Amino acid sequence: MYLWSTQQLQALIDLLRARDYDVIGPAVRDDSLHYERIDSLPVGWGDRQDAGHYQLRERADQSRFGYNLGAATWKQFLFPPRETLFRVRDGDFVNCREAPQKMAFLGVRPCELAAIALQDRVFTEDPVEPGYLARRKDLLLIAVNCSQAAPTCFCASTGDGPEVNAELPTDLVLTECEPADPYYLVEALTQRGQDLLEEVGGSQAPASARQTVDRLMDATREQLTRALDTEELPGLLLGALDHPHWDDLAQRCLACGNCTQVCPTCFCSTAEDHTDPITVEVRHNRRWDSCFTQGHSYLTGSVVHRSVRSRYRQWLTHKLASWVAQFGRSGCTGCGRCITWCPVAIDLTVETEALRAAP
Amino acid sequence: MMDPLLPRRVEILSVAEEVQNVFTLDLRPPPDYGPFEAGQFNMLYVPGAGQAAISVSGDPRDKTRLRHTIRREGNVTSLLQAKQVADHIGLRGPFGQGWPLAAAEGGDLLLLGGGIGLAPLRPALYQALAHRERFHRISLLIGARSPEQLLYYPELQHWADEGSLELQVCVDSASATWRGRVGVITDLIPEAEFDPQQVTVLMCGPEIMQRFSVRKLRGLGVKGEAMYLSLERHMQCAVGLCGHCQLGPQFVCRDGPVFPLGKIEPYLMTGEF
Ligand SMILES: Cc1cc2nc3c(=O)[nH]c(=O)nc-3n(C[C@H](O)[C@H](O)[C@H](O)COP(=O)(O)OP(=O)(O)OC[C@H]3O[C@@H](n4cnc5c(N)ncnc54)[C@H](O)[C@@H]3O)c2cc1C
Ligand code: SF4
Ligand code: SF4
Repeated sequence: MYLWSTQQLQALIDLLRARDYDVIGPAVRDDSLHYERIDSLPVGWGDRQDAGHYQLRERADQSRFGYNLGAATWKQFLFPPRETLFRVRDGDFVNCREAPQKMAFLGVRPCELAAIALQDRVFTEDPVEPGYLARRKDLLLIAVNCSQAAPTCFCASTGDGPEVNAELPTDLVLTECEPADPYYLVEALTQRGQDLLEEVGGSQAPASARQTVDRLMDATREQLTRALDTEELPGLLLGALDHPHWDDLAQRCLACGNCTQVCPTCFCSTAEDHTDPITVEVRHNRRWDSCFTQGHSYLTGSVVHRSVRSRYRQWLTHKLASWVAQFGRSGCTGCGRCITWCPVAIDLTVETEALRAAP
Repeated sequence: MMDPLLPRRVEILSVAEEVQNVFTLDLRPPPDYGPFEAGQFNMLYVPGAGQAAISVSGDPRDKTRLRHTIRREGNVTSLLQAKQVADHIGLRGPFGQGWPLAAAEGGDLLLLGGGIGLAPLRPALYQALAHRERFHRISLLIGARSPEQLLYYPELQHWADEGSLELQVCVDSASATWRGRVGVITDLIPEAEFDPQQVTVLMCGPEIMQRFSVRKLRGLGVKGEAMYLSLERHMQCAVGLCGHCQLGPQFVCRDGPVFPLGKIEPYLMTGEF
């Protein structure tokens, strides 16, 4: 393990940029936290979150990772919200996937890393989605352990945080210590990460570094107030399709689809053609879709999920139950975004408890 | 790398009306188009309009053409009907799991087709009739809106006349000249010739027809494991990526469209799931 100063953290960004990486990381804009191309990290920002509530706040310290999560996810860079899949020009189908720019993600939280690993399963196993794979292939991942949790986080329940799972693909893992005047404990998990670590330099971390990380992680675990009981959950939810609580949910849910838009693992998409009126060239475009829309389950002349009840049921049973059969684990990594960004403060941990109770 | 979302350009060999609003579209198979299984489907793409999932309705042994029987419904299917010989469209496929004909060998075969649902069943019939000796009785029950809407009727009647299969027909409504049955397909089930213990059932048609047929067959002692259903859901990618066709844990495009009843029963029987 290495010890880095804030200057060395900046040196990492500079080094990657010099190597032609797009460094994607946190940026503060429009009163919230975004992920975008950066040349430095924002300093001294935190957030207040709760069900249906998000507020960026200034911290009284120098932390670079003192916030938890915003509405943005890394998904937008690997699986873009809008993408042209192919064009039709003079009757020919032209593959127009562009060669992607090399990217480095800086500041990936443990739950987000788990979400990337989950989308890898969706898009690179069976079948392989060539656009996703091309962007993902050379991606450099720099993760950050969470030194604090938001009230909406429940990553310990899903086994995805607050500490980075070293089994997941990541090059470097940072732990921010002493936010008043921060330093970073840095670990490399790949050869590529090790090379970067050595190039940036820094000192060997003291022998006590491991305990420091453990202590911080224990403190974060203590802050986790929300929990999701995952015991036997798939069978339970798929066995409760007629539970009256779905009606209760339907009274509150607006079917706005915010939850699906902020979720880092949701992968539904829809494709539509756009014809240029002058050249008559057709572009076949794909964009994110949501199971809360009417079109999602459209069949000529009818819609399978007509009621809001059935749409919420589709979202929750897919995320927490069907995912297990489809991709080997639950589709939820405990990030809490769907709780924060639901305009009517629907909280899947609470709803799941209600669905557990006998009707 | 093969892009599973990129269609191939294929030539139209013929477009011919079957019955009102239903037509057959033959395509020249692309050179690398693999053999398809009875019950599988293709995605047909009309640039500027979109894609539609359409089952292969022709004989799997015929390598010269890819046959589809299509009911005109909306955007894509209307444009397909308006195509001319030698025009080109986009094709992806074949996709999905087909009918388990091998599992049915040695016993009776009962096929239930409602409306356009007969299209994906026809390749199974071609295949079964090509090896007629491998099956005991073959019964085909079909339902249509009206006698004029009966699909493939001369061909089916010919098979019935030569004794290859037992054919029973019913329609929702008919004029006074119709001498056949008026009613629902489930009424035909008890009259069909099959041994409930030795039968394999293949069905495709409106979901409501499938639900009632399952109940009726159960009542006659047919085991769930012996029933196979071909389902329809919204489909765009056909490879399990777009998420629209899910039915519980199943992606209908990839894990289906043909399912053994056991895999889908609780979901199929739950409204709006
Ligand atoms: C596995 C499978 C096999 C099928 N086989 C046949 C067949 O052999 N013959 C036949 O006539 N029909 C078949 N269908 C139904 C056929 O796909 C729809 O009738 C067709 O997609 C309607 O498209 P449209 O553009 O004409 O109608 P519109 O109502 O205008 O549809 C608009 C858009 O809806 C989308 N859509 C996607 N999936 C569906 C769907 N399942 N139903 C309706 N719209 C959909 C398409 O993008 C389409 O462009 C099958 C469906 C499935 C799922
Ligand atoms: S379901 Fe909610 S808490 Fe779970 S990963 Fe998606 S947004 Fe995060
Ligand atoms: S649960 Fe909340 S965020 Fe999701 S669709 Fe309903 S109202 Fe919108």
